[in-house]
Amino acid sequence: MKRLLILGAGTAGTMAANKLRRRLHPDEWRLSVVDQSETHFYQPGYLFIPFGRYRPDEVSRPSRRLLRDDVDLIHGEIALVEPDHNRVLLTDGRALAYDYLVIATGTTPRPDQTPGMADGRLWRSSVFDFYTYDGAVALASALGDFRGGRMVVHVVDMPIKCPVAPLEFTFLADAYFRECGIRDDVELVYVTPLPGAFTKPIASHRLGSMLEERKIVLETDFMVESVDPDTKTLVSYDEREIPFDLLVTVPLNMGADYVAKSGLGNELNYVAVDKHTMLSKQFPNIFAIGDANDLPASKAGSVAHFSVEVFADNFVRYVGGKPMLRRFDGHANCFVESGAGKGLLIDFNYDTEPLPGRYPLPWLGPCRLLAESPVNHWGKLAFRWIYWHVLLPGLPVPLPSHLTMAGKHPEE
Amino acid sequence: MSTTMIGGREVHVDEEGFLTQYDEWDEDLAKQLAALIGVDLTDRHWTAIRFLRRDYRSQGETATLRRAAQLCGIPIKELFQLFPKKPAKKMAYIAGLPKPHGCV
Repeated sequence: MKRLLILGAGTAGTMAANKLRRRLHPDEWRLSVVDQSETHFYQPGYLFIPFGRYRPDEVSRPSRRLLRDDVDLIHGEIALVEPDHNRVLLTDGRALAYDYLVIATGTTPRPDQTPGMADGRLWRSSVFDFYTYDGAVALASALGDFRGGRMVVHVVDMPIKCPVAPLEFTFLADAYFRECGIRDDVELVYVTPLPGAFTKPIASHRLGSMLEERKIVLETDFMVESVDPDTKTLVSYDEREIPFDLLVTVPLNMGADYVAKSGLGNELNYVAVDKHTMLSKQFPNIFAIGDANDLPASKAGSVAHFSVEVFADNFVRYVGGKPMLRRFDGHANCFVESGAGKGLLIDFNYDTEPLPGRYPLPWLGPCRLLAESPVNHWGKLAFRWIYWHVLLPGLPVPLPSHLTMAGKHPEE
Repeated sequence: MSTTMIGGREVHVDEEGFLTQYDEWDEDLAKQLAALIGVDLTDRHWTAIRFLRRDYRSQGETATLRRAAQLCGIPIKELFQLFPKKPAKKMAYIAGLPKPHGCV
């Protein structure tokens, strides 16, 4: 009996387990998933919690119910991977042997990595993260009490989970303050380490104009050194200072600490993999999928989804001694909420930046790419149902995992 | 892909002036590139630049600021002093490597 061990029951780990369980013979393969939490969170939903649009219970389900019955779920915290002995140690002393290991423990915001940020005087009273469940819930109550002042939305460094989320949060906050009738009393500032609103030129320009239209100040090339808890100020390495009344930050994102301790991580604890197959560059029986690897792509659910489709097909061939035929192209697409019931959609990969056009059907859509429309907003809301009922069970989604240029307009 | 003359020799560059051929670079050229952006090279600069060259050869990508600071032992704060304003970009420029791309 061969043993496949998947570390992490998030988006990538759950999808991979459900897809592979169907395709690996139960008499030949035992498939286990390890996670320290018994709850699976729908992370895209965190964006809506601060504005009271989702109740906290709408974004979580028990992990057990999302995995097929014939997948073992082991509840425990991972201490160490010992690749030379093909085993994983848990903090409670259990040792789990494997023939093949899939690392899918994602990435986590780490406020402790920026001096002053996690200071008890500020953290979750005037400094908030929103890409954790607890952070989003705490921010909902802070926004409810906010009557005006300077709100700074801030990104520490790339890469981050869902790179468009801080922009979406800013657009939604602008709309929210308008609805509350206090927009004129709020100064909104968007602070980024990037040279513009977003990384890729066309999207950066479009999203940058959207900030301008909303009178949101954009501060670029800002590499934060520390947060001063006494003066409530962001301080950069080149000694710029940005004061705030309310700071909504995306802390440094890092992979799990056990990855580093096991000698498998880069400077941010991400596992180095081949960018087309997600196979470890160090060990021939270890893959890393979803946010846990160092792919030069977005750390986003859509990348996890498209790449896991490629991975699952490849894995079945690989363990059968056949060459891996499919190559992941870095494909991602993301709905970008822009407030007031509208949204944008962007579709891109390693080589092609987000372009205007239509998706998924060329010229017909119904979604417009890189342009605001209500359809994109409804698409984003409908996606939650698709996530629970189609994506996580590993059922086929009728979208190609590779990017297509049909319906896109590079010249526009 | 265009070429330009730097210090009396022809090199391949992208539209922003970053060298595109790893092997067209040497330490003499680095001095010329540094002079073009107003950086006087000290031993500390060289530590960073030589790290970036080695790291690119093994990784195939230009190191980010955080990676450079961690692996060559020069704190980010000091990299900002050595290569003012845009250290990641300036280091890559002098080391003759592609501009580091912030991951999307």
